Amino acid sequence: MRFETALGRLWRTAVWAFVVFFVLNVLAMISTVVINSLGTRWLGTWLPAGWTLRWYMDAWHRFQLDDVLLVTFEIAGAVVVLSALIGVPAAYALARRNFPGKSIVLVLFLLPLLVPPITFGVPLATVLYRAGLAGTMSGVIIANLVPTVPFTVVLMIPFIEQIDPRVEHAARVFGAGTGRLFTRILVPLLLPGIFAATLLSMVRTVSMFELTFLTAGSSSQTLVVALYYSVFAAGVRPGQSIDAMAVIYMASTLIWLIIALRFVDPTQIVARAKRSRAD
Amino acid sequence: MSVSSSTTGRPARRLSLAQRLAARDLDAVTLLVVPAALFVVAMFVYPFLYGLVLSFHPKEGDALANYTTFFSDPYMYGTIWLTLRLALPVTVINLLISVPIAMRVRHMRRQRILTTILVLPITLGTVLIAEGLLNYLGPQGWLNRTLITFGLIDHPIRLVHNYLGVLLSLVITGFPFTFLLTLSMISGIDPALEQAAATLGARAPQRFRRIVLPLILPGLAVTFCLAFVDAFSVFPSAVMLGSPAGETRVISIAAAQAAFEKYDYSYASAIAMIMTVIQFGFVGIVLALRGLFYKGPALGGKG
Repeated sequence: MRFETALGRLWRTAVWAFVVFFVLNVLAMISTVVINSLGTRWLGTWLPAGWTLRWYMDAWHRFQLDDVLLVTFEIAGAVVVLSALIGVPAAYALARRNFPGKSIVLVLFLLPLLVPPITFGVPLATVLYRAGLAGTMSGVIIANLVPTVPFTVVLMIPFIEQIDPRVEHAARVFGAGTGRLFTRILVPLLLPGIFAATLLSMVRTVSMFELTFLTAGSSSQTLVVALYYSVFAAGVRPGQSIDAMAVIYMASTLIWLIIALRFVDPTQIVARAKRSRAD
Repeated sequence: MSVSSSTTGRPARRLSLAQRLAARDLDAVTLLVVPAALFVVAMFVYPFLYGLVLSFHPKEGDALANYTTFFSDPYMYGTIWLTLRLALPVTVINLLISVPIAMRVRHMRRQRILTTILVLPITLGTVLIAEGLLNYLGPQGWLNRTLITFGLIDHPIRLVHNYLGVLLSLVITGFPFTFLLTLSMISGIDPALEQAAATLGARAPQRFRRIVLPLILPGLAVTFCLAFVDAFSVFPSAVMLGSPAGETRVISIAAAQAAFEKYDYSYASAIAMIMTVIQFGFVGIVLALRGLFYKGPALGGKG
């Protein structure tokens, strides 16, 4: 596999050129948002005429970002805690037991991850409207739990399978019930996994547009939905303020991603779910 | 838990019901799956069935009125074609560029930096990508300026508020997803297989066609399905970067309009059901084709 033809070398260069091109475009696209939010006037030049931070103040007041951020993190916090409480025990049962109908239960957990949110979001929003929950915080939390509970389950199964069952048997021998087993043995051992699942659910909820858009009212909007409305109904609003809001949104998702990447490999974010999906 | 009184049927095996259930792995631990399963049934399966039933109870007309209205109005059924016109090319483009790059990147030592950069667009989500591309691809944006500076074009090309803008945004959000799936699949192939082929004199293109491609085809089919379903449900970027009343009026816009502008949940549910049928139809075709390919245990090594 050592020697290479000229054609092979050309092909290789082309592949790397494309990777560089793609990454450059993504970074440039993100940079334009950041630069625009910091610039005074940016028309027909490479860079803005001057630099300022006032768009952040402007966006903060104009879009009432203190309220929006509070709502966003209340919703995300509730979703993350609830999905860990419901999802981790379910993942434990699926990892340790081979009960009849297990494959059906697994499919049940994979479907909400495979079906796009906008497809099941419309009927879900209808049900929530009929139940009087749409437009409220709890409605948005329930809607966001639909993909995050299965996501937590699927993500946690491999983490639990890595724990030696003999540790649990030993605890059982010494008289620990399932409750004590969880608090004393499993949760401490699973902490990195739970942390990763929590952070990734956080990222998913903060950046989940479709479900929140379909179920939120004016007082239960998260940041990403507010951003959408401000772009959609642009006009009197200065673009720089919208971009300042976009930068705040970026920061609020990327913080969690950066912390999460210390615990998981980026490919696992999509690939771990895929391995079970591909079965 | 002991319910021994009910085990009267078989006196020979004096096992309690709990014991017999435990023998089939149904015990207290198994019950831990119940809350999560019930939640998914109540909030995912039930709304779907509810929507299905509701779609046959239109505001006016007979049971099928929603569906006949949809398929007799070109402005409505046209959305299917407009969506497919975006989703299919995007899925094929993403797969075609993912495979060669994954073939290269798997040998790379510092993969993590690249994969981290590629996870960015997935994390930021479609709304932010659309907002960024509005600036970046706009007539005054960096891309047009660069092309003009290098003399490739005379005046800015129109890349936003049309088909091309939505297509590009779908590539930017879809490619990392497709690529990371493909990479994890290709990295799972035992390198010894290719080394053996190389020893026997197979060149790189031959090794790819004869060894790698047959092994990843089943996985590529699944990746195709996931990427297609994702692209087919495009919504925010079609509104923000496209022309939501014209060439990028995708089917999810039609569903959202029915629900939130006309408050006709029955009609909106019918459109959601049509979306589901089309998505599952494509997935079904692709998975049926996948059955024709080799499926074997050759994904050795890391597996």
